[in-house]
Amino acid sequence: MWDSGTIQMLAEGTGVTLYMTLTSTLIAYVLGLPMGIALVVTAKDGLRPNALIYKLLDVIVNITRSVPFLILLILVIPLTRLIAGKSYGATATIVPLTIAAAPFIARMVESSLLEVDKGVIEAAQSMGASLWTIIWKVLLVEARTSLIVGATIALGTILGYSAMSGVVGGGGLGDIAIRYGYYRYEAGIMWVTVILLVVLVQILQVIGTRLSKKLDRRSR
Amino acid sequence: MEPIIQIQNVSKSFVGKDNTVEALKGINLDIEKGQICGIIGMSGAGKSTLVRCLNFLEKPTSGTVLIEGRDLSKLSESELRRERMNISMIFQHFNLLMQRNVIDNVCFPLEIAGVKKKEARIRAKELLEIVGLSEKAKAYPAQLSGGQKQRVAIARALANNPKILLCDEATSALDPTTTKSILELLKQINEQYGITIVIITHEMAVVQEICTQVAIIEEGNLAETGSVEEVFSRPRTAAAKKLVFQEDHKYAVMEGKRCIRIVFKENSSFEPVIGNMVLACKAPANILLADTKDIGGVAHGQMILQLPEDQAIADKMIHYLEERNLTVEELKDYVG
Repeated sequence: MWDSGTIQMLAEGTGVTLYMTLTSTLIAYVLGLPMGIALVVTAKDGLRPNALIYKLLDVIVNITRSVPFLILLILVIPLTRLIAGKSYGATATIVPLTIAAAPFIARMVESSLLEVDKGVIEAAQSMGASLWTIIWKVLLVEARTSLIVGATIALGTILGYSAMSGVVGGGGLGDIAIRYGYYRYEAGIMWVTVILLVVLVQILQVIGTRLSKKLDRRSR
Repeated sequence: MEPIIQIQNVSKSFVGKDNTVEALKGINLDIEKGQICGIIGMSGAGKSTLVRCLNFLEKPTSGTVLIEGRDLSKLSESELRRERMNISMIFQHFNLLMQRNVIDNVCFPLEIAGVKKKEARIRAKELLEIVGLSEKAKAYPAQLSGGQKQRVAIARALANNPKILLCDEATSALDPTTTKSILELLKQINEQYGITIVIITHEMAVVQEICTQVAIIEEGNLAETGSVEEVFSRPRTAAAKKLVFQEDHKYAVMEGKRCIRIVFKENSSFEPVIGNMVLACKAPANILLADTKDIGGVAHGQMILQLPEDQAIADKMIHYLEERNLTVEELKDYVG
């Protein structure tokens, strides 16, 4: 089974998995980061309390988060078709991946930002800082380490989701694992894909941990 | 001349789920330019809320605050932000940006004010010079001691040349020696730059050390106000008396780390050795342990004493005891 074709397929699968994971995480951050910030800012004891916006975001996040990914994948097929033109393949899978990841990321960002010392925010207010200055220069910077740790967790989770999308022809390592391991009983290839997924998660985790440590100025 | 800060009938209540807390109940207080005004009260008296009303971090439920005659409640959002640059604040827990180094922390208020980066750097260096931390410019707050962090916070507070400096329990997290040096720095700033300082504290010693004016807050009310001497020598209200006399009844706590063990073998039981030593050295020693017995008119046993912080006096005490034919050995790490 280890002919050059298989190896090339696995290499391509790894590439596709990375493409799906990184692209959808990136887009999900474009949506989730502002949502997370908005959740913190509009909360009851936030900088601009706004019960309506907070509740709305809170409900959206909770609903999306409570739908299992596999079901979400199927539920959003019409939307996927509308955006990507088709419902299968790597690029199309980015749509459900992003929809699943964005609320998850919003929650992660929210919890990271809530960790920022209230006293430091108060100090910035006492200096006459505007809301945007506080968000950009206090919240996001002071929570930097925690945000990177969160992003690492998000990447790992989304990588797992991307593998799941193999069930509906999503492409990547998950797709290979299902086609060869499940439909063709080639357990060997399935195991290799599992190992590749584990290695990918490990690499992302190590990079994330190192980066967050390197950028943290709180340690002596 | 018009007072720089006028607090007029300020009330503040916090509405909770099932009760409303009245933190301030109609406070009236004027603070003159160039004064160091101490606002003192027990914890929960409302003094922290009051100081936050002076820069509108808390908006009073009713009443007005005038800063140089300007009513803060009449200012727009952006006008208020600009006004806050005139009213700096330092905090009990310093509240520095932990991910920025010292000089960048000092530059932060300048960035907010829109000062050019290069000019901000120059100004920040000057400020670090003033607070005596030039060599720590590149350090991060986590690498500094409490006193150093407060110095950075003071440098940061001075960046935009404020007219008023609010200090919210600024020395409460610091040890007595550091407290003293921070208070000296505040006094120096007040004298050199004419900045009006408002100090929130629960320690009478802080007020005595540097304040010119004092206001006593109790349960959201202004109990008494006047010059520090006036209030100290003739406290009129119960709240003032409580704060003033509390200090009188408080005994000095021994801070010394040196402890000695004395062994009694041959001295007369009737010779008051320790009492005489205290009288001779004019400083107290703390008896941590005493286990002596009178055996036929001779004292036997041992004692452990904690010596005063002052090295010269401690040495004198040891010397005195040795003169009295007692065996003295120093104990390492017995306290602290």
